[in-house]
Amino acid sequence: MLLIHCPYCGVERPEIEFRYGGEAHIARPAEPSKLSDEEWAEFLYMRTNPRGLMAERWRHVHGCGRFFNAIRDTVSDRFLKVYKAGEKRPDMKKLAAEAAQ
Amino acid sequence: MSEIAIHQANGAAPVVSARGAKVNLAAPLARFSFRGPEAACVKAGPAFRTGLPTTPLSSSHTQTRAALWLGPDEWLLLAADGSAGQIFGVIEAALGDTPHALVDVSERNTALIVSGPRAAWLLNSQLFLDLDDTVFHVGMATRTLFAKAEIVLWRTGKDQFVIECWRSFLPYVAGLLAEVARELEVA
Ligand SMILES: [Zn+2]
Repeated sequence: MLLIHCPYCGVERPEIEFRYGGEAHIARPAEPSKLSDEEWAEFLYMRTNPRGLMAERWRHVHGCGRFFNAIRDTVSDRFLKVYKAGEKRPDMKKLAAEAAQ
Repeated sequence: MSEIAIHQANGAAPVVSARGAKVNLAAPLARFSFRGPEAACVKAGPAFRTGLPTTPLSSSHTQTRAALWLGPDEWLLLAADGSAGQIFGVIEAALGDTPHALVDVSERNTALIVSGPRAAWLLNSQLFLDLDDTVFHVGMATRTLFAKAEIVLWRTGKDQFVIECWRSFLPYVAGLLAEVARELEVA
């Protein structure tokens, strides 16, 4: 069973309490009506889908209910870091280097 | 810490009565879902008389009332004294126009009291939580999953827990507890 640390509850909980929320740090354009179709499609559909570290949104839906962000390795499924919504994206290179040790 | 006794057994025969574990339906309570930022929390706490806990997974209580932390801006309020309507009015009056959401959920939930030396064992048949009393100590509360039903679990004593669940989930939750409790008889 995969255990995920919730930064709001401060504890590890089983994956079944959480729901995946897609890639993190994608800001909705302030004025969608001023975008071209291509730019709007870019916002709606285009994601980085990396092999390796990815910043993702997760929601502790069957716990505190909060959305938070996590850095997960898409190859090993390891969670390297969780942080509260609104906090800055951590230094991914540094995390990757630490994980490689 | 002595046992918290906001929930009382409803007087009917226990739902489960096995060696080391007993499950009773709780008598009705007034219940509220309260949501709001800190400005609302500090007004609602004194109005409800328990204070609203801000430590994750904790609860605060008096003899007849309890406030359970469910999230950074969400609490479950339980009251065994006074009518829901009257308590609702007192909290609303204290909040005035401070943004918040207070909803009477007295009829939405029902509660089960799970007690006995094998209570944690019985719950762990469906719960993925460490219920050792040094980890999940008396007074702790959390929303979680019981098999496939969402519940709020509250430890009210070393060997006593309360399950608050939506009333439509109750036959499912109580049925699973009854089924697992049969193992206590066989063992
Ligand atoms: Zn949480």
